[in-house]
Amino acid sequence: MLYNKKAVYLGIVILVVLLTAPFWAGLFGQNYTKTGVTKPNEEACIENVEFMRAQHMRLLNEWRDEALRNENRTYIAKDGKKWEISLQNTCMRCHKNYDDFCAKCHLSNSVSPYCWTCHIIPVEGK
Amino acid sequence: MLESLIVVLLIGAIAWIGSAIGLTAVFGIVLPYVAVCVFVVGLVRRMIYWAKSPVPFAIPTTGGQEHSLDFIKQDKFDCPNTKWGVFVRMVLEVLLFRSLFRNTRAISFENDPVNNGPRVVYYSSKWLWFFALLFHYCFFLVFLRHFRFFMEPVPACISFVEAVDGVLQIGSPRFFLTGGILLVAILFLLARRIFDQRLRYISLINDYFPLWLLLGIVISGLYLRYFDKAEIAQVKIFIMGLTHFSPVISNLDLNGIFIVHLTLVSTLLIYFPFSKLVHMPGVFFSPTRNLPTNTREVRHINPWNPPSQFFTYPEYEDRYREAMAEAGLPLEKQPKPAE
Ligand code: HEC
Ligand code: HEC
Ligand code: HEC
Repeated sequence: MLYNKKAVYLGIVILVVLLTAPFWAGLFGQNYTKTGVTKPNEEACIENVEFMRAQHMRLLNEWRDEALRNENRTYIAKDGKKWEISLQNTCMRCHKNYDDFCAKCHLSNSVSPYCWTCHIIPVEGK
Repeated sequence: MLESLIVVLLIGAIAWIGSAIGLTAVFGIVLPYVAVCVFVVGLVRRMIYWAKSPVPFAIPTTGGQEHSLDFIKQDKFDCPNTKWGVFVRMVLEVLLFRSLFRNTRAISFENDPVNNGPRVVYYSSKWLWFFALLFHYCFFLVFLRHFRFFMEPVPACISFVEAVDGVLQIGSPRFFLTGGILLVAILFLLARRIFDQRLRYISLINDYFPLWLLLGIVISGLYLRYFDKAEIAQVKIFIMGLTHFSPVISNLDLNGIFIVHLTLVSTLLIYFPFSKLVHMPGVFFSPTRNLPTNTREVRHINPWNPPSQFFTYPEYEDRYREAMAEAGLPLEKQPKPAE
């Protein structure tokens, strides 16, 4: 026999719904099967693509420190290529389409870089 | 203490090796599904079990003046005598841990000048309350932030939590306060058990294991965010595959530590319903918390009392009246004279 039937059943329903929330969220929302970013026509990124996907924010951090603290504005990639350290002039020269590249991926993963309160997002055609 | 640490490390190592030798599907797909099932079914089973247990006595904890005469001020929320009062007390307990706030710590003095001999003094001790509160709230926020992996598009409230959490704008990816505080809080809760001799004496493996496990989860999580980063977008694709019941894994390159993280979380889910961690639903079933202190107004009947059989005196007299009258015993009602 159950005591306080109503309260217990209500509690169980609330608990189960809350605990399975990730599944409901998945079921009622859209799926996410690919990042859907538009890649530029260049051959390759600065580092290999796995590294860029996972670590580009740390690379940018490193760049910022190099440029502003150590006055070093050239980055030597692992393959020996030299790049000018610049968020706007290097990254964004290839990745011209901010909305379909950086922003697209960031939006899906709930990332909102605050960089653009100071740096300028390039507009295509300029 | 060390045994439980070794168990956690072993689980992590098994997951790591498993992911390295290509068993990612076992640790990444089968285990999480099993874990969620065990978790939900286990908790419901526990709740039904509790709901079936009778409460023989009214045993609410009283933390203040009970409801009494009009001119005596009742402590409404520490000693409630109404359902509403109990509700408020429960809400405050769940959200603010008020019973931990009352925690005290006994310190004994061998030679106390006050009474020229040994004396025990109880000091208020708020540390446990403070770090427990930090731990639970940070854990909750960290859990909430993980909904960015479960939802597409990510709702604004999650992004808001992230914005507040990363308000210091330290580093890139941005440092989230809750993650750091969570680590500190768990380390405190662990250190409390290890370095406080009295507590250490009463601590068992099932006290240490959840702490080491949580520590493992938090450290692997922080590691995946700030050190050897997981590819967040790939992780999201993977997680969304799980929650849509169409797991994808083959073409994703998942970090081994991510599999460790996931396995530790699955372990937590499986362990949860069988451990002291069930205090999550348990607090609502606790008769010391959910009963009103109205023991003088309402009689609490033990539900497992056998049904009582009464034989009242009038019934007794009815049955034996004739015989009693014959024996000359005093009667309340005389038998009808025989016709
Ligand atoms: C020379 C042009 C070029 C520059 C400069 C460049 N990228 Fe790339 N980037 C590419 C190309 C091309 C790809 C696609 C590589 C592939 O898929 O193999 C790419 C891929 C990426 C990806 C992975 C996208 C994905 O999901 O596959 C990220 C993230 C990225 N770049 C960020 C940056 C950042 C941040 C910078 C500046 C530090 C930068 N890129 C500079 C050309 C460039
Ligand atoms: C408060 C304003 C501000 C914000 C916010 C900001 N920056 Fe900067 N950043 C600057 C200034 C000013 C410089 C110096 C420009 C120079 O000397 O060329 C700079 C330089 C840099 C540089 C090196 C030089 C160059 O031209 O790119 C990098 C890389 C960089 N920032 C990355 C970032 C990233 C990534 C973020 C977001 C996480 C960010 N910044 C946010 C103001 C800002
Ligand atoms: C494949 C998806 C993807 C693409 C494309 C991408 N990013 Fe990111 N970016 C992320 C993810 C995911 C994070 C957050 C990592 C985390 O939370 O651990 C992030 C974080 C950042 C951060 C740090 C934000 C913070 O405050 O934590 C910066 C800065 C950043 N990205 C810049 C860029 C720029 C500039 C581009 C375009 C050139 C770009 N990203 C393209 C996925 C992407």
